[in-house]
Amino acid sequence: MAATPSSVTAPRATDSADQPVLDVRDLRMSYGSTDVLKGVTFQARRGEVLALLGPNGAGKTTTIEILEGFRMRSAGQVSVLGTDPAHGDERWRSRLGVVLQSWRDHGKWRVAELLEHFGRHYAPYSIPAVPRPRDTAELLDIVGLTDHADKPVRTLSGGQRRRLDVAIGIVGRPEVLFLDEPTAGFDPEARRDFHDLVHRLSDLEDTTVLLTTHDLDEAEKLADRILILAGGRIVADGSADQLARQVSRSTEIRWTRGGQRFAHAAEGDGTAFVRELFAQYGEEISELEVRRATLEDVYMAMVHRHETGAATGEEPGFGEETR
Amino acid sequence: MTTTLSALRLGLLRGWIEFRHTLLTPFDLFSYLLNSAIFVVVLLFMDRNEMEDTQLYGLGLTQATLALPGVLATMLVLGGVMSLAQTMSTDREDGTLLRARALPRGVQSYLFGKVVSTSLITVLSMLVILAPAVLLFDGFQFTAQGALTLLWVTALGLLATLPVGAVLGSLFPNPRSLVLVLMLLLMGLMLVSGIFVPLTMLPEWLHWVAQVFPLYWLGLGMRAGLLPDAAVAEEIGGSWRTLETAGVLGVWAVVGLVVAPIVLRRMARRESGSILERRRHQAMQRTV
Repeated sequence: MAATPSSVTAPRATDSADQPVLDVRDLRMSYGSTDVLKGVTFQARRGEVLALLGPNGAGKTTTIEILEGFRMRSAGQVSVLGTDPAHGDERWRSRLGVVLQSWRDHGKWRVAELLEHFGRHYAPYSIPAVPRPRDTAELLDIVGLTDHADKPVRTLSGGQRRRLDVAIGIVGRPEVLFLDEPTAGFDPEARRDFHDLVHRLSDLEDTTVLLTTHDLDEAEKLADRILILAGGRIVADGSADQLARQVSRSTEIRWTRGGQRFAHAAEGDGTAFVRELFAQYGEEISELEVRRATLEDVYMAMVHRHETGAATGEEPGFGEETR
Repeated sequence: MTTTLSALRLGLLRGWIEFRHTLLTPFDLFSYLLNSAIFVVVLLFMDRNEMEDTQLYGLGLTQATLALPGVLATMLVLGGVMSLAQTMSTDREDGTLLRARALPRGVQSYLFGKVVSTSLITVLSMLVILAPAVLLFDGFQFTAQGALTLLWVTALGLLATLPVGAVLGSLFPNPRSLVLVLMLLLMGLMLVSGIFVPLTMLPEWLHWVAQVFPLYWLGLGMRAGLLPDAAVAEEIGGSWRTLETAGVLGVWAVVGLVVAPIVLRRMARRESGSILERRRHQAMQRTV
């Protein structure tokens, strides 16, 4: 993570700086006799962006809802900003941002009117270092809804509604932001704007972000760390590069020489092999491709390994959860 | 403490904004005031009947005059119980409530807001009947004391009915089945509560059923506020029973204000994105 001026972080940290913002240990959740989460453990530091990946029904939404304080867990220890979400008070709540999937709620409210009203809820929790709420005009500008400020929410397009959802999530200048599949239904431009926004929040405001997504490309672009949840456990935790190295120590290299196509799996990152290749053949080489394991390879390998290995008939795709 | 106050203020604001939205949405306004309009038309027909068979014959009272207070009481119950239950059930289904849950003191401000907006629209729906009725029908008795009676009965009536509406709105899984069940219940209660027919004309065991529920007492209180003193002859015990009215409505209010927060807290605690998603799925399947 980019270094942040300590003047930004110090006053807002009511908990000690080295304490993780999210601290989840051996989190378990069962519905009836079905165990959805079987011991999830991970931590997040201030300003980190975490992407939670996993197949449908793996328990991503359940995990995030437990952290948001919307759902009671069966067992394990969870701490968000130093507080157990099961007993979080309103002051604690004011430091969180939750981006919900809207459907047709508040359809008659005008965009600016709704943001203004929601924002007021955060005013009692404003402190000099973190003025709450965020100014409505500024917020509209950040999410690109300035031109729609006076429109009733029900007249917004799907993508515009999602932008509004994000705006509502950050109106209180949260220290932790939870996003459950934030970019579902975004067009490529909206997606890029959203990525800029997340970077801005984590870099400039030191916001800790936990998001779930099915878009591996998005996870790779946004996240400092990627968590893969499968079979009720975190089966991988690290940056995209770290995970790639974990899955495969080789790099695939393809080239053409004398009209013929060659391929070779080289140890490590492949640089040494390519250097040698050029030293030997020089200008005869064309159409060079160096392909290291992608996040998709990692994801597939991890999930597959889990499903064929430890997994038994009970998962995935069980019970309560449908995401 | 200060934050509870600020939640109260936010609730007032929210209620006012929602009330304004209703006034500015022709369809909503129409559906809220349709009942009022229907009742006014019914009352117009009843105005021809001069109560020949009762002790009230010759007082210049028509059936419409006698029924109007009960109609006001019915509108109050319709608003306080039905519309609140219905909007809360809808708000749960469409995610309004979950959004409130994500805000600090959000559920509190949401509930205050609902109480304010529902009260305002309920009082409006009563005024829409009261205004033409006093112009068109004879036999009302307007006194300062009567006006005061109308005010406290309305206020206490809202306190007695809104918690019931909130509890029902929290318990029923979907707004459509709720409306159907409540409408049938309310129509049954109207029959036995002396709204259109003086209670003294009904068998006595029905009196006891009626007197358990707020509707009868609201009707009685409204009659006490609007009708001439002579009309008391058709009431149970020949009295307006002001103390009993305040007592029964008060008990409903107190019990409601104790029970509702417990039920609401349990309901709000269960709201989450995935539950909402499932409801959205079900709602979609119904509409397809």
